[in-house]
Amino acid sequence: MTTESAALGRPAPPRLVGPIRGLIDIYIAEARLAIAQQLQYRAANYMYMIGMVAEPVIYLVVWSTIAVQQGGSVGGYTPGAFAAYYIVWTLVRNINIVFTPYGWEDRIREGRLSAQLLRPLFPIVEDLGFFLGWKPVVVLLWLPIALFLSLVFRPELSPSLLQVAVFAVSLLGAYLIRSLNQSSLGLITFWTTRVGPIFQLYIAAELLLSGRLVPMTLMPAWVQSLASFLPFQWTFGFPIEALVGHLSNEQLFGGLLTQLFWIIVGAILVRVVWHFAIRRYSAVSG
Amino acid sequence: MSPADPAAPAIHVADLRKTFFVPVREAGLRAAVTSLFSRKTKAVPAVDEISFDIEPGEVVGFLGPNGAGKTTTLKMLAGLLFPTSGEISVLGHVPSKRESAYLRQITMVMGNRNQLQWDLPALDSYELLRAIYRLHPDDFRQTRDEFIELLDLGDLVKKPVRNLSLGERMKVETAAALLHRPQILFLDEPTIGLDVTMQKRIRTFVAEYNRRYGATVLLTSHYMADVQALCKRVVVIHHGRILFDGELSTLASRFGAEKTIGVTLKEGGEAIDFAPYGRVIGTEDGKVSLKVGRDEAPEVAGRILRDLAVADLTIEDPPIEDVIESVFAEASRDLAAAAADAAPAAR
Repeated sequence: MTTESAALGRPAPPRLVGPIRGLIDIYIAEARLAIAQQLQYRAANYMYMIGMVAEPVIYLVVWSTIAVQQGGSVGGYTPGAFAAYYIVWTLVRNINIVFTPYGWEDRIREGRLSAQLLRPLFPIVEDLGFFLGWKPVVVLLWLPIALFLSLVFRPELSPSLLQVAVFAVSLLGAYLIRSLNQSSLGLITFWTTRVGPIFQLYIAAELLLSGRLVPMTLMPAWVQSLASFLPFQWTFGFPIEALVGHLSNEQLFGGLLTQLFWIIVGAILVRVVWHFAIRRYSAVSG
Repeated sequence: MSPADPAAPAIHVADLRKTFFVPVREAGLRAAVTSLFSRKTKAVPAVDEISFDIEPGEVVGFLGPNGAGKTTTLKMLAGLLFPTSGEISVLGHVPSKRESAYLRQITMVMGNRNQLQWDLPALDSYELLRAIYRLHPDDFRQTRDEFIELLDLGDLVKKPVRNLSLGERMKVETAAALLHRPQILFLDEPTIGLDVTMQKRIRTFVAEYNRRYGATVLLTSHYMADVQALCKRVVVIHHGRILFDGELSTLASRFGAEKTIGVTLKEGGEAIDFAPYGRVIGTEDGKVSLKVGRDEAPEVAGRILRDLAVADLTIEDPPIEDVIESVFAEASRDLAAAAADAAPAAR
């Protein structure tokens, strides 16, 4: 009890845990909440995941057919290599699902942001924790889908231990890069109210420049060189290639470093945009 | 002013202003197209140079009609809005800086706003709040269990929030907002939409929290029962300006132009015409209610006691709702008069 509160016969203020333990507690609590929420809607979530598989399966069928018609491969990708690419794609895609700019729209419109701003926590930290939290559930739900796709499409996949390790780390990198980029986009809502059209542009660029639509090595050289200056391929193409491709050790570690670079850029961008966005929100929100 | 200064008010507001710039345009397609190239805005002063201090542990009612500037002021105090000008200090902090140390000491309850996870039991959300506020687990559990008892939450905290009634949800929300044991409570219509029993429960809880932890409370409510039960002092705001700042009882004496005299005559008495004593506003179960001027009330009551065979006589202040209404009516008349005075000069 502090001297003042003791003198007044009042309980002392609650004790606080240290900042590091506090941050760990937040991630654990967010993860628990996220998992509990996912389990609440497990059937709906599973249907969503199954629906999401449609996109890579279409790409896989199209490219496999082309490969067969061209004598067995396209740009070095056999049907088995395509199968490996797009089955791993399904995992990468599930891991890099993040809080979208539409979420920011809803959050502002429904007044939930005000409640978040009253808490001593940067809202984006909350988002990162929540979405990261339910990834273990996602992986568990993904396993049967991956097994089924493997039985149907027969992927050619024989990664080394190092590749598996780099892949695992790169998934986290992909998640962080995509989260930070989409948070920056979401913050545009503070000025525009609606962010849909800008987000659609982002998705279009991502489709072409990330390896989401097609492996980057199959893209024209100028697209590949344009993509090398942008963050997109580090959220899709790199993690997939790390596991299924034939990247050298230098390329694997260089890729992780590049992801780190984009995480730092994304974090700085979010901080800068947030600084102006929150001033804007505080100035106009009635 | 430092947070450690015990003589400092908990909340200090000086010459606070907030002006919103609202886009305006005429109706129709042409105006819509024109607005693409030339956007017009109108300055709307929501809060207009208000000043007040609130001492630690005080519970103050912040009253005003819709659009008066109450919520805008609360949001500036909570750090959600930047003031256009003026000075705010809460526990020695400048709210708009939104420092963690400040946010840990305040809470804002906005009626009908949901901050709990909709699909999960409130206990899960409470655990997240513990982490966000970095509360020591033992202290958190103690506070949580104390609130569960005080608010009679029982098993409500174990049910998914979406399965709770509005009143039940408001109780678990109120507990959630106070789990970090804030020193300053901004309560914006905390009992809106609740039934009388639930309103009373929330009021009792706020009063108990204030007594137990010495917290400072600034409360807006359209339910005068909330204000009467909790606040000795009220600040009345209208069109962004403070009309009154003082004791609730003083408000009634200053703005309540009339008092109500209730008279019950002894049985067997003759029918009496009360018109000479005052304006009769009703008769119920033999009790006649008269409106008389505030200053005349003692004299009229004396006459009634002298002239009639009285079994019971009461003198009451008007209901606080009526007093507040007369404050706003007076302010509107003053504004209209000021506008009329200014009009010739503007021509």
